[in-house]
Amino acid sequence: MQSVDQILAGRRICICAGSGGVGKTTTSAALAAGLAARGQRVAVLTIDPAKRLADSLGLEELGNEPRRVDPRLFEHAEIEMRGELWAMMLDAKATFDELVRKHAPDEETRDRILQNRIYRQISNALAGSQEYMAMEKLFEIHQEGSFDFLVLDTPPSRNALDFLDAPRRLTQFIEGRGMQMFMKPTGLATKVVGRGSSMAFSVLKRVVGIDLLADLGEFFQAFSGMVDGFRERAKRVNELLADPATSFMIVCGPQGEPIEEAVYFHRKLVEAELPVGGVIVNKVHYETEADLSENGVEEDLRGPLDGDLAARVASNFRDYQALAKRDARNVEHLARELQAKAVIRIPYMDEDIHDLAGLLKIDRYLFATEAERMELAASGTA
Amino acid sequence: MPDLFDKRLLFVTGKGGVGKSTISIALGMAAAERGLRTIVCEVSSQENASRVFKKGEVGFNEVQVADNLWAISIDPDESLREYLLLQLKVRAMRDLLMRSRLFNYLAAATPGLKEMVTIGKIWELALPDRKVKKGREYDLVVVDAPATGHGVGFLQTPRTFAGIARVGPIHNQAQALDRFITEHDTTGVVIVSLPEEMPVNESASLERQLTDDVGVAVERIYMNAMYPERFSEEEARRLERVMEIAEGPANAAVRAALSEHRRANAQRGQLDRLAASVKAPIKTLPFIFKPRLSVDELHRLAGALT
Repeated sequence: MQSVDQILAGRRICICAGSGGVGKTTTSAALAAGLAARGQRVAVLTIDPAKRLADSLGLEELGNEPRRVDPRLFEHAEIEMRGELWAMMLDAKATFDELVRKHAPDEETRDRILQNRIYRQISNALAGSQEYMAMEKLFEIHQEGSFDFLVLDTPPSRNALDFLDAPRRLTQFIEGRGMQMFMKPTGLATKVVGRGSSMAFSVLKRVVGIDLLADLGEFFQAFSGMVDGFRERAKRVNELLADPATSFMIVCGPQGEPIEEAVYFHRKLVEAELPVGGVIVNKVHYETEADLSENGVEEDLRGPLDGDLAARVASNFRDYQALAKRDARNVEHLARELQAKAVIRIPYMDEDIHDLAGLLKIDRYLFATEAERMELAASGTA
Repeated sequence: MPDLFDKRLLFVTGKGGVGKSTISIALGMAAAERGLRTIVCEVSSQENASRVFKKGEVGFNEVQVADNLWAISIDPDESLREYLLLQLKVRAMRDLLMRSRLFNYLAAATPGLKEMVTIGKIWELALPDRKVKKGREYDLVVVDAPATGHGVGFLQTPRTFAGIARVGPIHNQAQALDRFITEHDTTGVVIVSLPEEMPVNESASLERQLTDDVGVAVERIYMNAMYPERFSEEEARRLERVMEIAEGPANAAVRAALSEHRRANAQRGQLDRLAASVKAPIKTLPFIFKPRLSVDELHRLAGALT
């Protein structure tokens, strides 16, 4: 089974994907820090880092552009940093605004869009706009070409697929083909629109109200000059995702549900012909080889410990082993689905990860081979 | 602690992976056991309820899963169809609209429409006099709401919509929904959290946003999956000494014990941090050392909720 550095060798981009609450941000940061420590100039684009992790990377005053993480921080954490780690927090709204500024044919159109009420709602709240802007930012930084490697932490979404669907949904909306046709005041539109549609239109007016339709019309009109630019851009973003220099790493947890989601997401990525590197499973309870059928452990513990404490230690161990069995079963199921692709297990650490030292702990597993990982886990290294 | 079941509508929300769905079902069970006719709504077709109660997929139907307990999976497309029929009253007119390209385009593209019709359906379920023909009256509607990030956005949809459509039928509908959601006597929100750094931060900011920006009543925060405190500090010190000499499985067992002790301590720290940063009352729930939750475990969890 390949290790992370083998999977990512020769690549330029890693997209960490998965559903919310599985440690995507931490994994992205650990991956980026590990690659940087090994000599690359790496930027990690995160969405919403834990405050303590952000603080520990000196990220709190970051804007919408990558900043370099102070190399002295690594020195203090006794990490040998041979490359450079850069990081940024995505501001979806600011990214959307930049995009409008870039594509607007003139200042008047630009201002009309930026001030349009519907635009303001969309750039903030349209499902998919955050996802799309993350890709857009990735594309932009990739174009600038000042980094060896980019790690993208995708936004938390209920369904990891929303992420892949975002460019299509957004461009479809902005194109507004159906809409424009109806909003043109004269001529062609009325001829093109058949009688059935105009009846539908009048029914629609009854349900929606003419005001909303008019507002939407204005929005699409303002955007119409930029549609080509947007569409072209979205196409190139999609090409970048499918590029052989890109690798998707799916991040998940060891419980049944996240594993099923990872399996599903993997299938969808493969269907979409996107390059999948493997799956990183966080918070795994590694199995230890111990015979629990007889009370062997408790017997062994009765020497050094009194009976009550020995019993509690043994009962805790049984609970732990039950979780380890569950995790092993789930990971096995995942591995079968993934066939030859890597399944990288990161153990359940004793503490939350929220600083560089913590990221280093993850990296020890992330950048190890499977055999090395087993050894690390058996020796209790966390 | 205030009684959650005085409400007509409860939204269960929180960061992804904190156990919202499980707690939604357990809340439904607890209410049903108290004799309240209760329905649990899922909004992203996960079909958790049908899996737990070993029923076929419930889909967009109100399916009885236990005594006094029903489940529904709210599909936005179905909700939209139903809504349009209620608005237009004539099936043929509704079908005409749904077949038109313009309408389909608008329905797919309008920001927040899916969330809007989903909340509309939830509202309809919670009405004492249902809009749909022969609709069953429920005492309590429990909603397994989308994860945060989308969570605040979800509850804010009606207001956002009312802002987009300044006047007209959509505006009025949106305002009515917003009023219903922010009516503290009838509607409450429950936040589910975990004793870890990120979920605690998010729960605190979620409570602020929900209270200040959306204006809903945050009734309670469940701190889920708390480890038991099995070992005292003194015992932990003893275990550390034993680990030096123990070998094989005994060593692994002692290591697991120390690990659990550190985790349990860290969790207490996170619980204190949460308590210091939120206003709503907190209730802790135990970690369940079972691979998959059965109805029995859910019953036990339901008992711990109130």
